[in-house]
Amino acid sequence: MRTLLRLATAGSVDDGKSTLVGRLLYDSKSVLADQYDAVERVSRDRGLASADLALLTDGLRSEREQGITIDVAYRYFATAERSFILADCPGHVQYTRNTVTGASTADVVVLLVDVRHGIQEQTRRHLAVASLLRVPHVVVVVNKIDLIDYDEDTYTRVSDEVLASARSLGLYDVATIPVSALNGDNVVDRSEHTPWYDGPSLLAFLERLSPVGNPHSEPLRFPVQLVIRPQQAAGGEFRDYRGYAGQISSGLVRVGDAVTVQPSGRTSTVTGIDFAGEELAEAFAPQSVTLRLADDIDIARGDLIVTSRSVPPVTQDIDGTVAWLAEGSLVPGTKVLLKHGTRTVQAMVKAIGGKLDLDDARLLPADSLGLNDIGHVTLRLASPIPAEEYLHARGTGAFLLIDAQEGGTLAAGMVGDALLDTKAEVDAADGVTVPA
Amino acid sequence: MSVTAPDLLTSDKAPMTLTDERRLTQLQWLESEAIHIIREVAAEFERPVLLFSGGKDSVVMLHLATKAFWPAPVPFPVMHVDTGHNFPEVLAFRDATVERLGIRLEVASVQDYIDDGRLRERSDGTRNQLQTQPLLDGITNGKFDAVFGGGRRDEEKARAKERVFSLRDEFGQWDPRNQRPELWNLYNGRHRPGEHVRVFPLSNWTELDVWQYIGAEDIALPELYYAHQREVFERDGMLISVSDVSQPRDGETVEKRQVRYRTVGDMSCTGAVESDATTVEDVIIEVAATRLTERGATRADDRASEAAMEDRKKEGYF
Repeated sequence: MRTLLRLATAGSVDDGKSTLVGRLLYDSKSVLADQYDAVERVSRDRGLASADLALLTDGLRSEREQGITIDVAYRYFATAERSFILADCPGHVQYTRNTVTGASTADVVVLLVDVRHGIQEQTRRHLAVASLLRVPHVVVVVNKIDLIDYDEDTYTRVSDEVLASARSLGLYDVATIPVSALNGDNVVDRSEHTPWYDGPSLLAFLERLSPVGNPHSEPLRFPVQLVIRPQQAAGGEFRDYRGYAGQISSGLVRVGDAVTVQPSGRTSTVTGIDFAGEELAEAFAPQSVTLRLADDIDIARGDLIVTSRSVPPVTQDIDGTVAWLAEGSLVPGTKVLLKHGTRTVQAMVKAIGGKLDLDDARLLPADSLGLNDIGHVTLRLASPIPAEEYLHARGTGAFLLIDAQEGGTLAAGMVGDALLDTKAEVDAADGVTVPA
Repeated sequence: MSVTAPDLLTSDKAPMTLTDERRLTQLQWLESEAIHIIREVAAEFERPVLLFSGGKDSVVMLHLATKAFWPAPVPFPVMHVDTGHNFPEVLAFRDATVERLGIRLEVASVQDYIDDGRLRERSDGTRNQLQTQPLLDGITNGKFDAVFGGGRRDEEKARAKERVFSLRDEFGQWDPRNQRPELWNLYNGRHRPGEHVRVFPLSNWTELDVWQYIGAEDIALPELYYAHQREVFERDGMLISVSDVSQPRDGETVEKRQVRYRTVGDMSCTGAVESDATTVEDVIIEVAATRLTERGATRADDRASEAAMEDRKKEGYF
């Protein structure tokens, strides 16, 4: 059975990200002949001696002109065991919001570091984003080792430096791999130039990475997308049908389970799990199904059906961490829309609790947040939602802030202190400590 | 319909073993994601419409929509931009499908635009580029605020950058530098009057995924997707079918060959590929082994320049 893994790339400009992605695609035989011919042709036109694999991934005209990646590009490749969806995120500092976007759905972040330069500002920022968004795995590709003659000591120094930085941001499950994306060392096959490295190639690592999320260890969370009531439109058998359609956000549901509907708090029992005419005995995240309940209680889009064994409390006051993704700034008093699961409510920013300094994971005092800032906010909602700590619930702990007038997406939000794990030792005189 | 299987009501007694069986396969995952997207649109928009040409991607998308709302019918109409250069068997399939499902079909006709002078035939006679205006007018006239398209990110470089929910301004234009960030599975479909959102439920599918799904779900397609004998001639390295709108020029010889289509579009510029794949299983094997992209092999219009698709998308093409 072939499973799916979602990756997001990250790293500074010029760390060779596009080349690495091109190399992964090319060496896993996911690049077709006409695509490769086009790359060869353009490379020749530019006077390059060999095909520039980075050209495989730069999709927009302005990206090719500037030689940088501007927007997240999605790539697809597969091996016998796994299919991969790769979100190729730009490295330039002004596009950090795209890294947040890619990381929000990723099972693993592939972070590039140029072995000659070691950790850069963007490296640390991207590690922080991976930590903040609770990406389950991080692998650091220490790239361009061909340029240091495959020197083990230099690699080890950079690798140690990266791992220490990751730990300071609460990331403990981090692997490092010495790579030359340009030459293909340790990308798909183990390189003969690095006899001192006994780990897997990048692709082998990604193939073996354990899948993410365990429906058994997580409580049922089911945001209701819509109520399916065919009435006159269906045949006689379904005239009285009433089902709640949604995608299971976490956990497992079985027929007979006791459930609670939030925010109303009403309870019922699951009497049926339907999927397009098929009756299921159980369903688990992330399946899209339709639930039927024993009682005819008032349930609408925006409600959250949860297991009665673990019911998240509802609240109108949210303390959260937000990555601000818009041009304007976020100040107390701003009115926005908050989208949580399938519910959108009005919200007002009551206070800014500070801005994260990503260099040392400290919270600095701040009274506003600007583009690419990550900070703490307190929000007051017009109606209650079942908010859970993002730390424990990547599905139901996430929210968007949306511009009520223009409709644009302003911020990625996470309920609670998203960097809770960090053991930031902070000089109190310099700022507010991130709670540990 | 029986409500429950009685032996499953005692779920507390069911074994709580941790098993790898409770993982979705890649196809199940893609299906679930697409259904979630389709339901979000039905719930959040006032007037969605699904672009349906009878081509395989739109057939799969419509199939997913029927699954998403079962046992209720699909709660939105479908629209086809008819170039006037369509394969007759695809049009027949389109009509039979909407009739079977009881769905309303709206047709935006390129031929009408040419007949009354709103559009002019291009010098090369092909019409894929001419679809943009009728499409945008169809969206405006129908007051549609969400338009489902079967586009996939693996098709082409500009498409690889498109969001699942892709906002279009009042001119139908796509601004690739100003796309909304798309986080988790929280889609933001808010838009101002006059704007609309293109929605791509198959964004994360590849050509192979589509075929494997067609096989797994036993989805019917127009016959020309499978190998058959056809009179064709070679032009620009592609095999073009002989028809009213595509006749051989001097030096182009007509031959009967065993071919199939990987994409269906304007007959005059959509090429067939030589193939012996007569069943969906054969096609899956063929697609898995192919060395050419779907569009590179079969679409003259996408070969025009490095940024052909990007330019057309910015103007409002699907």
